[in-house]
Amino acid sequence: MMLKNVLFPKKDARLYMSFMHVTFASLLIGGLMGLLQTLSRSGEFQLPFGINYYTILTVHGVILGLVLTTFFIVGFQFALMGKTVGMSDKQRKWAWVAFWTMLVGTITAAITILVGQANVLYTFYAPLRAHAAFYIGLALVIVGSWIAVFVNFRQLYVWKKAHPGQKSPLLAFMVVINMAMWFIASLGVATSVLIQFIPWSLGYAATINVLLSRTLFWYFGHPLVYFWLLPAYMAWYAIIPKIIGGKLFSDSLARLSFILLLMFSIPVGFHHQLTEPGIDPTWKFIQVVLTFMVVIPTLMTAFSIFATFETTGRRKGHKGLFGWFKHLPWKDVRFLAPFIGMVAFIPGGAGGIVNASHQMNTLIHNTIWVTGHFHLTVATTVILTYFGIAYWLVPHLTGRRLTPRLNKLGIIQTIIWTVGMTIMSTSMHIQGLLGGPRRSNFSNYAGGAQVDTWISYQIAQAVGGTILFIGIILMIYIFIQLAFFAPRGVQEFPIAEEEVDAEPTPKILENWYLWIGITVALILFAYTIPVIDILKHSPPGSLPFDWPIGR
Amino acid sequence: MHLHKYEKIWLTFGLGSLALFLVIIGFAAFWKGTHPMSHIETIDPQNVEAHDSFKPENLGLREVAEGKYTVNIVASAFNYDFGTDADGKPVKKIRVPKGSTVLFQITTKDVVHGFQVAGTNVNMMVEPGHVSRLETVMKNVGEFTVVCNEYCGIGHHQMFATVEVYE
Repeated sequence: MMLKNVLFPKKDARLYMSFMHVTFASLLIGGLMGLLQTLSRSGEFQLPFGINYYTILTVHGVILGLVLTTFFIVGFQFALMGKTVGMSDKQRKWAWVAFWTMLVGTITAAITILVGQANVLYTFYAPLRAHAAFYIGLALVIVGSWIAVFVNFRQLYVWKKAHPGQKSPLLAFMVVINMAMWFIASLGVATSVLIQFIPWSLGYAATINVLLSRTLFWYFGHPLVYFWLLPAYMAWYAIIPKIIGGKLFSDSLARLSFILLLMFSIPVGFHHQLTEPGIDPTWKFIQVVLTFMVVIPTLMTAFSIFATFETTGRRKGHKGLFGWFKHLPWKDVRFLAPFIGMVAFIPGGAGGIVNASHQMNTLIHNTIWVTGHFHLTVATTVILTYFGIAYWLVPHLTGRRLTPRLNKLGIIQTIIWTVGMTIMSTSMHIQGLLGGPRRSNFSNYAGGAQVDTWISYQIAQAVGGTILFIGIILMIYIFIQLAFFAPRGVQEFPIAEEEVDAEPTPKILENWYLWIGITVALILFAYTIPVIDILKHSPPGSLPFDWPIGR
Repeated sequence: MHLHKYEKIWLTFGLGSLALFLVIIGFAAFWKGTHPMSHIETIDPQNVEAHDSFKPENLGLREVAEGKYTVNIVASAFNYDFGTDADGKPVKKIRVPKGSTVLFQITTKDVVHGFQVAGTNVNMMVEPGHVSRLETVMKNVGEFTVVCNEYCGIGHHQMFATVEVYE
């Protein structure tokens, strides 16, 4: 059934590759902005041509956090669906509509930012007002991704109709979970953008409810990070086992962990708003507790992955307590890059526990510790896994091969990334603990010993950032090789199979009404009363402010 | 659904530590009163002077009782208004003796700001229409930088002040 060594038809491959081209173009642009930021904030360099620090900061956040991730995820998930449940001509047509809608939105938002009309960062907190085109562009990216959501739903639905009584392929199930979560979560930000920001930015509404807009943003903002993470989990659960020559650890546990992630990723946004004055602290605490429920699927995932590694190693005859570990395919970049991603998730997750803790959060809120945190989670765990996927997905789509030379370059790329990120992220964490703020241009403030210490860590960040940019250049080179120049051949699309004697997966795990019902119930529980409170106790609304962002 | 024996041990241990952890932060929050600041007090952002604490003459540091101080601040892009000194110059630095209890009260006239006294536990979001308030004991001597840690516009990094704690 799974034709992993058979290439996609050309018209399918072209669709998936279009998403990859945007992904890697975004990596180059967004990465360059990151480099400029670290250099500028070291205090040793000035941005040329009067470019504003906050313009490049906005580009960096929007292009890497929203564009790169969304394009990669949608493209990768289309490829997974195409491989496991197939894609009809009509579905492909709609997938193209999704692609072009997202691209037009991206370009609209990008131009608005680059001409200096949207120095509002990717969180666009009101009452700073960007040009309406910025909000309209972002809305188009989200609407485009919704088209992809419904194409994916349709793909699985059609397959289920054709295969009555069969359980859905694991990867297709995972894609649908991720898209269900994305759809439910992005309703929040879409509501805010369509009902609050666009009318207000165009002048049809005089004022905006700031706290409501922030609450709707963070209702979306936390599941957003799980939307980035779940495709990495798909690779860890269902692709890496194949790469190391093993089998799926447990189909049921993988599904259960995705269901738990669906339920506990959304009703948690208040842990981003813990230091805000207008939200009842009891509801903050309730959402903190819900946030920590993700510990369960995370621990399950960690267990599954290492159990797969050990079972596979022992089956191959590696003896001793750690023989299985020593003989993992360390020289295969398709394994090494995601593996380092997994390792980075240990300090990344630990830091996340600090961030979401009701009280400890006050110590690190809005310090550069947080920037260090998500450069471990999204910019290491997630992106190295995406790179690990690209090493086989791109040549599979272009009918080429990952040659030993490109594999070796990939390993060098992974090492460069690890070194650069260790330097940059560690110095960000320390500077944050010392109170250094995030999202700020270089400043001496009032001077003094405290500020001097911050600046020394900012210089370390510039060193790390420079190393990372070298890693990005190398990655772009590898991508271009895999897309256009590597020798022709058939690169495997690795999908792990179940053990022959695997237990059957309980039917209840595919009861969508049940799981989405619980998800919605949890959201209503966590948000109904506090949102009514926010609306009932609203202060007078805020007028728009243009001049602080230089408009 | 089958769970491996080791996985049961692993999850039991994990869930046990999670429960303990949540009990600790819940105890600290509800019994020890260490909730993050949330006052749900609103104010008209276009007329903050209507609030007694934010009248121009009430801004800055005031000793309200022996060893107890209040600091009232109005934030705006890109400045913290701590009132004026005897010469009519804007105050950029406040000084309190070691061990004093200080209540910081702040609001904003325009956009969202942050207010962090770096090196202490004072770290608040400042949002239009709301009053942010946090009381702390200044236990350590030194100069602490006050920074705006929420992006408020292109002069964001020029928004600062100093709190000095002396012996």
